[in-house]
Amino acid sequence: MVFLSYLISGIGLGSVYAIIALGYSMVYGIAKMLNFAHGDIIMVGAYVAFFALNRFNMPVLLAILLSIIVCTALGIIVEKLAYKPLRAASSLSVLITAIGVSYFLQNFAQLLWTSSPKFFSSIVGNGAFSLFNGELSISYINIVTILTCIVIMIALTLFINNTKTGRAMRACSEDKDAARLMGINVNKTITITFAIGSGLAAVASVLLCSTYPSIAPTLGSMPGIKAFTAAVFGGIGSIPGAFVGGLLLGIIENLAKAYISTQLSDAIVFAVLIIVLLIKPAGILGKKVNEKV
Amino acid sequence: MKKLLVVLLSLCMALCLAACTKEGGKGDETTIKIGGSGPLTGGASVYGTDVYRSALLAVEEINEKEGKAFFEFKFEDDEADPEKSPNAYGVLKDWGMQVSIYTTTSGAGLAVAEDYFADRIFALTPSGSNTGLIYTNNKNYDNCFQVCFTDPNQGVASADYIKQNGVGSKVAVIYRSDDDYSTGVYQTFEEEANKVGLEIVYVGSFIDSDSDYSTQIQAANNAGADVVFLPIYYTPAASILTQADAMGYKPVFFGVDGLDGILTQDGFNTELAEGVYLLTPFAADATDEKTVHFVEAFQKEYGAVPTQFGADAYDAVYAIYEACKAAGVDGTNSAEEICEALIGQFTTMTFEGLTGTATWSKEGEVSKSPKAVIIKNGGYVAAE
Repeated sequence: MVFLSYLISGIGLGSVYAIIALGYSMVYGIAKMLNFAHGDIIMVGAYVAFFALNRFNMPVLLAILLSIIVCTALGIIVEKLAYKPLRAASSLSVLITAIGVSYFLQNFAQLLWTSSPKFFSSIVGNGAFSLFNGELSISYINIVTILTCIVIMIALTLFINNTKTGRAMRACSEDKDAARLMGINVNKTITITFAIGSGLAAVASVLLCSTYPSIAPTLGSMPGIKAFTAAVFGGIGSIPGAFVGGLLLGIIENLAKAYISTQLSDAIVFAVLIIVLLIKPAGILGKKVNEKV
Repeated sequence: MKKLLVVLLSLCMALCLAACTKEGGKGDETTIKIGGSGPLTGGASVYGTDVYRSALLAVEEINEKEGKAFFEFKFEDDEADPEKSPNAYGVLKDWGMQVSIYTTTSGAGLAVAEDYFADRIFALTPSGSNTGLIYTNNKNYDNCFQVCFTDPNQGVASADYIKQNGVGSKVAVIYRSDDDYSTGVYQTFEEEANKVGLEIVYVGSFIDSDSDYSTQIQAANNAGADVVFLPIYYTPAASILTQADAMGYKPVFFGVDGLDGILTQDGFNTELAEGVYLLTPFAADATDEKTVHFVEAFQKEYGAVPTQFGADAYDAVYAIYEACKAAGVDGTNSAEEICEALIGQFTTMTFEGLTGTATWSKEGEVSKSPKAVIIKNGGYVAAE
């Protein structure tokens, strides 16, 4: 029973990682770049939701919607201003730009909202379901997080496989030049990808902060790195991969904390990552791509 | 190349000058320049701000009483960061600091303890409780003193209090493993708990970048702990209270001075802190004349209730003032002369302050009696 409770909170944590990992994975799959500013979009989303809920007393759904709109807009602006001019540049330049954007957002947030942490109140209220005579308790937010993650995963898979834009995205990820020859607007497709990824970041931010309530300008960096790890773990570029990677990472982290050592949990997580990558370099669900020289 | 260096250096200087500084009082050559640093921004900014405000209040009161500028005060922002406090120290030293209220937090203070010792500037920290601020294993920083309890004192006093007052029988500890303050309190707490027969059923730790404490809380719950000892600062503590509540786990939370400030955080549901114990030498609702005067003056000036960090800082300035008066030193004396005179005073004097009657050992440790307060209706009440 004790094991089960650790497992469930691990799945909850993993679901948040999975939603964030999706943002990394989609952008990588389509634009072939690592958007390190993704974690900071989460931070902005958290602040927007915090102010909407605590200062303007908006209803929860409206606050989430507002946060999604702001993050989506921010994602598009960042893409247009910082990444689009570098589309022809080497991937290393884009990577450095992404790190630059990340620092810019963090420091800008510090100027705007100061570095003193703020406290986010959970969107579903605090409390827990008690099962088996109170031996197992599952907090409401955990359930909401896991369900949201599943819904997003299904919706996104359907979107990618069944809509015209989704097909355009897949085409871009396979071969940009061929896609352009087929009449696909590659730039627009990449922008849409950023928009979706950033919107998901907003959802993740609300879920993340409902579970871990303290908001600071550096809020996004640790979950960002963990989610990036999850994306690599599951196979970067693959949507089910991000899901599997996120869940596994959350579960391993939680169980390592509970049964081995709280201090070593991160070391264990990354050790598992190294082992997985040694055995399967493309990640758990990643496709093996032969580079043509 | 030389030109580039010049440009870089002048840029550095401009940045240093632009760094956050707060000042109070201006005077003549008899004025003693008193400096200090603490976090005015960042996760521990409540402490630095309270220390700065209270010290300034004390400086202004003293100057008014003396009818001239007895002290000139300068306070630098160090963000509680050991990498930034040496910069703050450098700025203060360039300014001509003669005595210091040291640093507000332990980590930042450890980075400058050696400098204070080597430069012979008398330093009295209001709230840096790590013993490394006043002595190391093989060296006594004889010019460094503390107003607050040391970490060992806090750990010992907490274990004794929990045992003697029957706060609980099974204790879980959650501490921050990359923080000297937290680890220091935890270690002495554990030693004392073993000595007095207090059962520790679970020990968990986290690091600064963690935001998820749910596993540690669950483990404490599963171990059947009815008291959770939190020798940590208020920011993670507030998260722990929130996450424990979300899990439906309601033990007694017991903290030390780092928990002070928990009620002032933006967006934090203070109801969650109801019933939290903390060990502190100062309760703002106490009715003695000194406390009432201080709390009223503070509220009038800043519109907020001071924490014990403020009270410690207020005491620090007054203790230095009394020692200076008794030793008959003023701003015309060099920092080193003042330092030697004050060392003599501090090791012999008895100081009546807000936070109790204090005496100091040669090592710089304070001796006064801790009080436990409990949070009730959004305020601190003496627990008895």
